[in-house]
Amino acid sequence: MSSLVDPVLVLVLLTNFFLLGTSRLRAIINGTAIQGVLLGSLAMLIQHEPSLRPVLVAIGATAIKALAIPWMLSRAMREAAIRREVEPLIGYIPSLVLGATGTGLAMLFAGTLPLAPQHVGSLLIPTSLATVITGFILLTTRRKAITQVAGYLVLENGIFIMGLTLIEAIPFFVEVGVLLDLLVAIFVMGIMVLQINREFASLDTSRLSNLKE
Amino acid sequence: MELALVLVPFAFALLALGLRSDAWRRRLLPVAGATHLAMTAFALTLPDHAGPEAWLRLDALGRLVLGFCSVLYFFTSLYAPGYLASHPEKPTRIFSACFLAFMGSLSLVAESHHLGLMWVAIESTTLATAPMLNFHANPRSLEATWKYLLIGSVGIALALLGSLFLAYSALQAGLRPTLLFDDLVRDGTHLSRPWVRAAFVILFVGYGTKMGLAPMHTWKPDAYGEAPGMVGALLAGALTSGAFLAILRFFRVCSAAGDGPFVQHVLLAAGLFSMAVAAAFMVRQKDFKRMLAYSSVEHMGILVVGLGIGGAGFFGSLLHMLNNGLTKGVLFLAAANIHRTYASKSSDDVRGVLRRLPGSGALLLAGFFAVTGSPPFGPFLSEFTILNAAVTSGRYVVAAVFLVLLVIVFIGMGATVMTVVQGKPTAQASATTSRDTFASVGPGMALLALVLVLGLYVPGPIDRLLRDAAASLGGSR
Repeated sequence: MSSLVDPVLVLVLLTNFFLLGTSRLRAIINGTAIQGVLLGSLAMLIQHEPSLRPVLVAIGATAIKALAIPWMLSRAMREAAIRREVEPLIGYIPSLVLGATGTGLAMLFAGTLPLAPQHVGSLLIPTSLATVITGFILLTTRRKAITQVAGYLVLENGIFIMGLTLIEAIPFFVEVGVLLDLLVAIFVMGIMVLQINREFASLDTSRLSNLKE
Repeated sequence: MELALVLVPFAFALLALGLRSDAWRRRLLPVAGATHLAMTAFALTLPDHAGPEAWLRLDALGRLVLGFCSVLYFFTSLYAPGYLASHPEKPTRIFSACFLAFMGSLSLVAESHHLGLMWVAIESTTLATAPMLNFHANPRSLEATWKYLLIGSVGIALALLGSLFLAYSALQAGLRPTLLFDDLVRDGTHLSRPWVRAAFVILFVGYGTKMGLAPMHTWKPDAYGEAPGMVGALLAGALTSGAFLAILRFFRVCSAAGDGPFVQHVLLAAGLFSMAVAAAFMVRQKDFKRMLAYSSVEHMGILVVGLGIGGAGFFGSLLHMLNNGLTKGVLFLAAANIHRTYASKSSDDVRGVLRRLPGSGALLLAGFFAVTGSPPFGPFLSEFTILNAAVTSGRYVVAAVFLVLLVIVFIGMGATVMTVVQGKPTAQASATTSRDTFASVGPGMALLALVLVLGLYVPGPIDRLLRDAAASLGGSR
């Protein structure tokens, strides 16, 4: 494992906080794109000796997470003509505090788990859990459909980092399936975003509240 | 054969996309259902010849789920053409393709013995069902689909995280990294316990979301309320059983790892909590489709309680999976007919179903008695088995809570069903032309007959399959 892995993981944690603290959708989409680039480079850095398979995973991850999905999201944003997240359920400062608490808890929890020798002292597993928690916060506290999709993407990014610990154990086929599934899920959600816009003249999912007890 | 069970439905789905005529596309659905049922019947007669290294294999648990889902799917596909024909203004191309692809994905769930492959299969069932939920394409169905997709995707994402944890438990223990269930069960005692435990909790939350266990059930009332009735039947019967199969497979791994007692505590607590939440929402529930959704939450709780009790509870839980799924088919198909005729699903507007739609009304009433565990229907037998297992294993509190919740559900559900079936139909409902036909009532009647048979006696081959499957769960105990 290259010595650059941990610095890159710190950058991933920083993008998490950036995403939690910003209100502009443009910035959120760019933030997820940056995180995609970081994940692609992680997949390159993490291998012991360069082999074809992880390189392909790295290229695939970068293409989907850093290019395809941000492009789809910005298209959805243009068509919906909205720029800002309005009135999240939890404000930006409290979300940052929540994110910091979650990151701390992730570090503590990861510390209690026994690690394989090659991962002892690495930030991989804490970062993975912290990113999952960040995605979860974005998903549950933001109102705009686009931010929720971005939150889901961050959640999947955290899982991808966890997957990197097993990159030699997981056959390539499954990784492609994972990446494709992610693409399709976001794609379907993107279609839904456009339909929500048509039906409700807004991308505000808090208006989706006809169905309740 | 294993691969064909997955690929043939997908081939039918492609065909449905390509067909121009709506009428032919409608006729394609029962053909596909019958083909899949015939292929499943043939596959179940073959011995399990694939080696333990195979990714696709039919073991006892897989055979049980596959066979059951195929039967339910067949009867639903018989119902589908009539339903689609009665909504001529709705586009059927995407709906039919998803309907067909769903069975392919579900077969893959039943057959996969590989952590990652199973995850991909369950994710694809989510994607296949989302467009079906949005069949009516109105704001309400859109809202339900959005919630389903978002909550379901988060659940499935957590399930992936849990799968990775489980894989890591093998890596950490210095074993050859493996994602095959049979390898994990075999190496169980060597797996890293903290990782297995964390993996199970995350997996249970993830696949529990898909099953619709409380408190992750919030998508269910909306989705079942807005989806066409036959989609509700497939979700409540087949899809949830697929998710339950995933939990069963992880349960085996955790038992093998020696974490059985912890896992069973979690299952008991979660199951009883689901039953309690469902009971609370079923009392005074006016919307009868949402009521069925809460009934589904309740019965998912019962399945998990049976698993948590262990011993004879394994057999009861597996039998209940069949009984509940088939009964849900009866109820949702009847509810679809009633909803269509009355253009409402609230017990404020729907009255006198037994007069207006005698066939559907009788199905709803019989289905209600069956699903609440009245003899002589199947669910009585399986719920009794689970209760008995709780008492014989000395879990008296569990048994008492279980029984009280069943009674509350019976009263709550009974109030709504009785209001709906009795009385005089409204003038508006009498004016519509919709009637009970053989096509709209027949599939439900057939499913009800199966529920009745399972309540009177469990046929030999099914009994053997259930016993094999239950033994595979408790083998290490």
